Amino acid sequence: MDLNFTTEDQTFREEVRSFLRDHLPSGVRHKVLNGTHLDRDDYLAWQRALHARGWGGPSWPAEFGGTGWTPVQQYIFDEACAEAGAPRLVPFGLKMVAPVIMAFGNKAQQDRFLPPILAGTEWWCQGYSEPGAGSDLASLKTRAVRDGDHYVVNGQKTWTTLGQYADWIFCLVRTDPDAKPQRGISFLLIDMKSPGITVRPIITMDGLHEVNEVWLEDVRVPAENLIGEENKGWTYAKFLLGHERTNIAGIGIAKRELARLKRIATSETRHGQPLLQDPLFSAEIARVEIDLMALEITNLRVLSAEAENRAPGPEASILKIKGSEIQQRLLELMTEAIGPQALPFDRDAMAAGYQGDYPLAAYARTPTWQYLNLRKLTIYGGSNEIQRNIISQMILGL
Amino acid sequence: MDFTFTEEQNMLVDTAERFVSKEYGFETRNRIIGSEAGMSKAVWQGLADLGLLALLVPEEEGGLNAGPVETMLVMSALGKGLLVEPYLSSAVMSTRAIAALAGAEQRAEWLEQMLAGTLIVAFAHDEHGARHDPLAVETRAVRIGDGYLLDGRKSVIRHASQAGMLLISARVDDGIALFAVDRDTPGVRLATYPSVDGARAADVFLEQVYLPESRRLGQGDSSDTLLAVLDTGLAALCGEALGVLQRSLDTTIEYARTRKQFGVQIGKFQALQHRMADMLIHVEQARSMTYLAAVRVLDNDAARRAAALSAAKVVVGEACRFVGQQAVQIHGGMGVTDELDISHCFKRLFAIEKTFGSALDHLDRYRRTLAA
Repeated sequence: MDLNFTTEDQTFREEVRSFLRDHLPSGVRHKVLNGTHLDRDDYLAWQRALHARGWGGPSWPAEFGGTGWTPVQQYIFDEACAEAGAPRLVPFGLKMVAPVIMAFGNKAQQDRFLPPILAGTEWWCQGYSEPGAGSDLASLKTRAVRDGDHYVVNGQKTWTTLGQYADWIFCLVRTDPDAKPQRGISFLLIDMKSPGITVRPIITMDGLHEVNEVWLEDVRVPAENLIGEENKGWTYAKFLLGHERTNIAGIGIAKRELARLKRIATSETRHGQPLLQDPLFSAEIARVEIDLMALEITNLRVLSAEAENRAPGPEASILKIKGSEIQQRLLELMTEAIGPQALPFDRDAMAAGYQGDYPLAAYARTPTWQYLNLRKLTIYGGSNEIQRNIISQMILGL
Repeated sequence: MDFTFTEEQNMLVDTAERFVSKEYGFETRNRIIGSEAGMSKAVWQGLADLGLLALLVPEEEGGLNAGPVETMLVMSALGKGLLVEPYLSSAVMSTRAIAALAGAEQRAEWLEQMLAGTLIVAFAHDEHGARHDPLAVETRAVRIGDGYLLDGRKSVIRHASQAGMLLISARVDDGIALFAVDRDTPGVRLATYPSVDGARAADVFLEQVYLPESRRLGQGDSSDTLLAVLDTGLAALCGEALGVLQRSLDTTIEYARTRKQFGVQIGKFQALQHRMADMLIHVEQARSMTYLAAVRVLDNDAARRAAALSAAKVVVGEACRFVGQQAVQIHGGMGVTDELDISHCFKRLFAIEKTFGSALDHLDRYRRTLAA
């Protein structure tokens, strides 16, 4: 038993850290470390910086222009980036549609769609959920009917994250309404500029426009944008959902936020003592730190199995459940640490570089919106209830 | 032992609940919280017309002279409507403070306007860094000639920008005193912002604010009265929490009955049934402690009173967190949208948990009584 990374992996980590010191844009870094909302250009600036270094596709194989890193290297990279204050990589192109195109797309599709994802010149969004199809995704109703060399698509997608920036959407559509729900689904790539597409914002409780409804009305999609075979889309969808595992626990993000919580707890006091020394509050910090410690090792065990080509399978659900709960708890504790300063809620004052008359410590301006925002973590990507179903069924055999 | 309410109390609940359901629908509330003022004068006048602003006003000043049980019941009804008007601050805490401390002339002048709805008074006590240590007041009032000069800062004062007058606690030579400060007094500056729950709050900066003797409430050290007023506020807040908790639970159960996934109502899934059962347990435990708070808030033994109220805030605060979070979770993606009222309940529950000390702050306070 050895919990340490190999010497090569440690050298690799230093290389990543060194790159981060030199090339992570400082404005973006400052935003991430302070919980400021990121915009499109922040994400793209980071993707372009990575691309310039040849690291645009950290989880991609070398043959498609990726780094060809091992799962362990990918993990090390993700963790180092998160801890240094790099934004998360926008997953919809890089980690969601790209692996599907690589595995099931044809050569023409690979040549057309993969390079702009790597370079950060095309933005993708996900067309999975529908108003009536959330946890029960296979009940989706968006219809695609073949008409010559096109499909005509009608329906409505929802929870489309950052769809307002997207150039393309990958959609699950129903091509055979008579088959069993899972059998009649196809996987289509649709240009967001197509006539008949309307994007409507959904405002979330933190006041932000992050998610959208996407309405498709007689949208004509070239048949060449079908991935793989018609009616096999569910297989590709499941492949996609199961693909991104190394970073699902968000260990690096949690470590970064834990450090931020401790910084806040050093500045805030109770009975004249920093909260970090307060018996009750420090016990809460200790509890979440220990929880994170356990999850990190669980994550490494899953990673290790993956590196030995033992399929990690449903263990990813453990990582998703614990990872999301820990991140939510960290933000909850930050709102606790700032006390009454958690109540003021002025969106302008949460922006980077705000200079106005807002009487809160800088570190106290963002935890509340993030606490509200991160309620989504236990809901999206397969709600934690669905993850527990997977564990009961797939691991426990119940 | 008797947990029933009197006929008068039930009528009071009816009155308040009917007003909320008729005048304070979700759309109306959205318009109010989106408006410049962040409150509705018409709603405030409506509360005055029903006599609800006179609830804690003594009979001599034309009020109902009601107690903490009535206050709890009204607050609970208003909580169900997620009311953002300054009821707690003006009609409960400030009214109680004035009734307890003010002289006859002051009472006549202020209370009459307050119960008529023409004067809103914000209770401005909290300070940055005090962390709800109730007597950690650093704002100072220095005697000068026949009056006082006030300097200091009051932090996250709910409704300060909507009030005509602020009741400000300040340290004086012989303890802590309360001062009535008109909002437009020279030297008073407000930095106003929205609160997470849609209400308005402000930091109040006081710089060389001159007040004549007639603006001081009572003589000597008013710390004991201040503590009693804060406890009255906390007990009333627990009452409000009950209303929001009940609405959150009811809304969630209704959603679980109608939302279908995998061909069945999601309320048929046992995992969610147990979750909602736990939500109900939290609500009922919070109800019990809110009753306790309403009874003990009149206890003259300040230590015993404070312990009971802290215990209540722990249970109520934890209920706010659990019920709020699970209500959103069970609503799924819809739960995080601004469009459904459940996210507004969630934010109010979050704010209540953070008001007058969090559950953890009160656990700390209670813990300290064990060895005392």
